[in-house]
Amino acid sequence: MLHRFANPTRFLRFADIIQPWMAVLTVGLGAAGLYLGLFASPADYQQGESVRIMYVHVPAAWMGLFCYMAMAAAAAVGLIWKHPLADLAAKATAPIGAGFTFLALVTGSLWGKPMWGTWWVWDARLTSMLVLLFLYLGYMALINAFDDPTRGIKASSILVLVGVVNVPIIKFSVDWWNTLHQPSSVMRMDGPTIDASMLWPLALMAVAFNTYYVWVMLIRIRTEVAATKVRSLRMKQAHGS
Amino acid sequence: MVPVKRKHKRLTFVGLALLLIAAAAGLVLSAFEESIVFFHSPTDIVEKTPVPDRRLRLGGLVEEGSVERQPDAVVVFRVTDMANTVNVSYRGILPDLFREGQGVVAEGTYAGGLFTADEVLAKHDETYMPPEVADALKKSGKWNEMSEEMKRQGMINKGAQQ
Repeated sequence: MLHRFANPTRFLRFADIIQPWMAVLTVGLGAAGLYLGLFASPADYQQGESVRIMYVHVPAAWMGLFCYMAMAAAAAVGLIWKHPLADLAAKATAPIGAGFTFLALVTGSLWGKPMWGTWWVWDARLTSMLVLLFLYLGYMALINAFDDPTRGIKASSILVLVGVVNVPIIKFSVDWWNTLHQPSSVMRMDGPTIDASMLWPLALMAVAFNTYYVWVMLIRIRTEVAATKVRSLRMKQAHGS
Repeated sequence: MVPVKRKHKRLTFVGLALLLIAAAAGLVLSAFEESIVFFHSPTDIVEKTPVPDRRLRLGGLVEEGSVERQPDAVVVFRVTDMANTVNVSYRGILPDLFREGQGVVAEGTYAGGLFTADEVLAKHDETYMPPEVADALKKSGKWNEMSEEMKRQGMINKGAQQ
């Protein structure tokens, strides 16, 4: 399986098929999720209309973590099995994950002010999420910091793998320490604590964010593959003349 | 001797490195537990009696029937964790979610049995439901007791107890 898709040509053929589907799903599910979340779902018993920020904030935060895990898995495959396509997948994921994390931080801040009474506090959940954003930014800076792209990929892959330790810290921060942020509502042992009328729009948005990630990642990998080809053609030209 | 493939070597190396990093992170986090917790419970504060003038945060539920509004925008209330209670005095604007039975985190100093707060933040739980569902639950008597509320808000003391 891994070796089958390690071939860029075969991968691009596969990407050609699923990419339009991802675009359609993103637009369709995103529109449905936003409509249900912003208009059709009820207000919350204690937070009122402000609860609607959740439909963007929560999927964005999930995707911030999901993208990091995907990036770390790809970086590990690239580092251990030397699959160039895995390296490209990791590189393509970073800015998307950083975007999701940034969106989660911004929407969280906008939500925190009216509900908690503050834009920002240094509690364990918020701080570890900010560290996640810095890990993404650090990865993107490091991968482009070398003249030789393979050295940049190696160094930044190691950074991503070291940063994996932050993922369980983010997830369990609200259980391990006293935080201002409340514990998980959906991913918990005893089932969700969100009413079904609010859980459905949230699930739709989560799937839409996911298909958006796959969609944009495929476009980015395509660009990276093309850039690699251009680079090797230039090299050939330079050596040939 | 069977030669070890290079990729297997790398796999073992990456696996071992990750384990070591996780162990190191675990040690660091447990060592700094005291500074990672965002607030202290009334029990912590009553039992450990912090140095006066040292700024700290107190978290718990606003005790039912304890909120008293005094002239000049001063609010006095009690914060409880069901075991101990601390008197709080605050002058300023309270967040919208502030009410009796609600989670709260106050920042300020503790001296002579009174916590003088200069910032009060609301802490809400992780349940989300339409108002009608909440009303129905209250009517049917299935609404959780305050101690249950406490657990749901994550107010039960974590870490700081050790």
